[in-house]
Amino acid sequence: MITRTPKLNRRSFVIGSAAAGAGLALGLKIPFGASVVRAQDGSPEVNAWVVIRPDDTVVIRIARSEMGQGTLTGLAQMVAEELECDWSKVKTEYPTPGQSVKRKRAWGDFSTGGSRGIRDSHQYVREGGATARIMLIQAAANAWNVPASECSASNSVITHKPSGRKTTYGKVAEAAAKLTQPEKPTLKDPTEWKLIGKSVKRLDTIDKLTGKQVYGFDLKLPGMLNASIKDCPVFGGKVKSYEAAKVTGMPGVRHVVKVGDSAVAVVADTWWQAKTALDALPIVWDEGENAKVSSASIAAMLKEGLDADQAFVANQNGDVKAAIAGAAKKIEAVYAYPFQNHAPMEPMNATAKYTPDRCEVWVPTQNGEAAFAATLAASGLPADKCEVYKINLGGGFGRRGAFHDYVTQAVLIAKQMPGTPVKLLWTREEDMQHGRYHPVMQCKLVGAFDAGNNLTGLHMRLSGQSILTAVRPEALQQGKDPLVFQGLNPGGDFAFGYSVPNLLIDHAMRNTHVPPGFWRGVNINQNAIFLECFMDEMAHAAGQDPLEFRRKLMSKHPKHLAVLNAVADRAGWGKPAPRGVYRGLAHMHSFASYVAACAEISVKDGDKVKIHRIVAATDCGYAVNPAQIERQIAGSFVYGLSGLFMEECTVKDGYIEQTNFNTYDSMRIAQMPKVESIIMASGGFWGGVGEPTICVAAPAVLNAFFAATGKRIRTFPLKNHGITLV
Amino acid sequence: MARLTINGKTLEVNVNPSTPLLWAIREQVGLTGTKYGCGIAQCGACTVHLDGAAVRSCVLPVAAAEGKKITTIEGLANGAALNKVQKAWLDHEVPQCGYCQSGMIMAVAALLKEKPKPTDADIDARITNICRCGTFQQVREAIHAAAKA
Repeated sequence: MITRTPKLNRRSFVIGSAAAGAGLALGLKIPFGASVVRAQDGSPEVNAWVVIRPDDTVVIRIARSEMGQGTLTGLAQMVAEELECDWSKVKTEYPTPGQSVKRKRAWGDFSTGGSRGIRDSHQYVREGGATARIMLIQAAANAWNVPASECSASNSVITHKPSGRKTTYGKVAEAAAKLTQPEKPTLKDPTEWKLIGKSVKRLDTIDKLTGKQVYGFDLKLPGMLNASIKDCPVFGGKVKSYEAAKVTGMPGVRHVVKVGDSAVAVVADTWWQAKTALDALPIVWDEGENAKVSSASIAAMLKEGLDADQAFVANQNGDVKAAIAGAAKKIEAVYAYPFQNHAPMEPMNATAKYTPDRCEVWVPTQNGEAAFAATLAASGLPADKCEVYKINLGGGFGRRGAFHDYVTQAVLIAKQMPGTPVKLLWTREEDMQHGRYHPVMQCKLVGAFDAGNNLTGLHMRLSGQSILTAVRPEALQQGKDPLVFQGLNPGGDFAFGYSVPNLLIDHAMRNTHVPPGFWRGVNINQNAIFLECFMDEMAHAAGQDPLEFRRKLMSKHPKHLAVLNAVADRAGWGKPAPRGVYRGLAHMHSFASYVAACAEISVKDGDKVKIHRIVAATDCGYAVNPAQIERQIAGSFVYGLSGLFMEECTVKDGYIEQTNFNTYDSMRIAQMPKVESIIMASGGFWGGVGEPTICVAAPAVLNAFFAATGKRIRTFPLKNHGITLV
Repeated sequence: MARLTINGKTLEVNVNPSTPLLWAIREQVGLTGTKYGCGIAQCGACTVHLDGAAVRSCVLPVAAAEGKKITTIEGLANGAALNKVQKAWLDHEVPQCGYCQSGMIMAVAALLKEKPKPTDADIDARITNICRCGTFQQVREAIHAAAKA
């Protein structure tokens, strides 16, 4: 594992046939999407995915980051499936972004977000494994002077069928690496898979049980100093002044430095000394105009957007205005979703060492290439003088992907003491107040019915923040943020699952100074609540069963319907629930997977919610490791339900009020429902796993809460209504 | 200076007595399996044993740990032989990111010492560690498995 100690990582990272003794990298030609092929046009042979040591150890290179979601094991399964290697001898390692740049992006995209780890790279990693197998077989055939077609490979052993001769991958790897790469290999038919689809054990468990696993927080380098930082509490504000002399004499303190124009750091022998001195350091902030912003002022701005004339349209058919105007009956509701922090258990951190000739960064990151880009920008050095070493992540959830503010800070600190490695650790307070928050959004929904209680029109008006405007403005489509409409689009990976005769879904973009980010599930979290709770509202308004009401609108959406039916059947929808237990449903199309949930809850005293069970279904196309998918489903519910019941970041005078888990809570084991997963991989496509299911837990529970109490809650978190999860 | 007995070894650590035990363990002793998560005894990532009982070391001054037997995650196994909690964690594949699991395992090991056959209610009352990955379903299964081991 390359995740344990970066020093070893570098030594063990060997490329090409010169790596005598340490192993041998097999050269594989890796196809990419059009944009990447252009970037590496004319590239030399690439040694990318598979290293085989003389002792038959197979080292599989993984470009995506493991942050708990199991992608390391899943991606290794994909390569090993085609490689036909001995799974018990598989190890993994991360290539570095600097190597990737030198080798013209041999490993493709490093970004680990959007539930894309497997679904975006399944083709080229399997081809990596297949190409390696072909070369290994060819090398054996050459040695035996027989046609390769007479040889086969299984479990890292190559057999010449007519003669019965055998050899192993470790013995022929060196010869294989010298061969010309075969053209695009034929991959196995899914019916031939032996490893994909199997719940093999994770490759990365043992060190997490003994304290050996090294996270970014745990890194130790010779001569390293430790830094604690405070950034201006108001986003966009600056440092006005600070009195370094007040703390320079405190134990262990080595430096007090300004970081950019908005932060101050204390660098000391130990982190606790740095943090203690920073707490004692008088800092005056120039908070700027944003100090006038509050949660109330943001909410008012969003509210105005609910009825604004201008809005970006994502999904439209028929004439919704006419349908509403001519309705025999209509209902209307307004929902609101708050800012939320990712709060991974390991706060943000990065370690940097800078000299005028080289800048190195060690960081837990969801995107090594983005960390590398931040390193280049902050150091001012070119790519060949920078390197980033990925360290194991103590959770990511989207905070560590697109944003590397902590890398920038670490490099800016290290630049002020060349040659000294500096480990920057954020406090939980810094992490809470300097997040990239789940965007705020309000939604007004209007449903129109004819005299027969048939749904004739639906208008869904979103009003709120755009992540892409803040993060990736080049991805906007004539101003429209397509990501806002996850789960509401006419097609694609986030398709709306209903047919409504007159439909309009649009977005009035209303941005504020609080920086938004990609929070596990991203915009589908609120969209699922808005849509699926309002579907329930409309079913009740029409006097119909929520499941039957939905089904009537879903005949053209068979995969959506299949997962919804699966949870309804398993939960026993339509049959009596245990006494005092009430059910709620929800489904969505999320990150290319079809997901549904049926929640069973009871409510005591009107406000104490016990979730007894959630039946969850996912059709992710192909299921690579079902045991890990089950864990992702249950884990996503913990994250999503913590958000629903407990989590909100409020804004006062421009800053985030919550500072730690005492004001920003998270579910505990006592609150954990029984989660029953139905993995119904229907094949033919590759859907995501880490995020898709998160969005259905909240609306299923809210709909069950209505069934239990007759109350619709439309603003979140539920703690604001005195509702607790017990 | 403080004199600490950690995982059977007695060491002199050069810190201010008000320094939290967590940071003495991590920075002076160099054992980084015990994690920082919140610094205010909310999340439990820093859980260690003090004379066999689970404590949250991020708010415990070093001075309060002197003269007591401190056990960290690194000292839980008996050499290469995993503790029964660690073994159950391995069998049930509990960890996802793993960052909270040192504290979770230490909290569970202390619970099992006190209540060898904990009920679900015991678990609910005593295991209050935060896990943002949401491993609770496996945590509960593994606790019951460890209790049977």
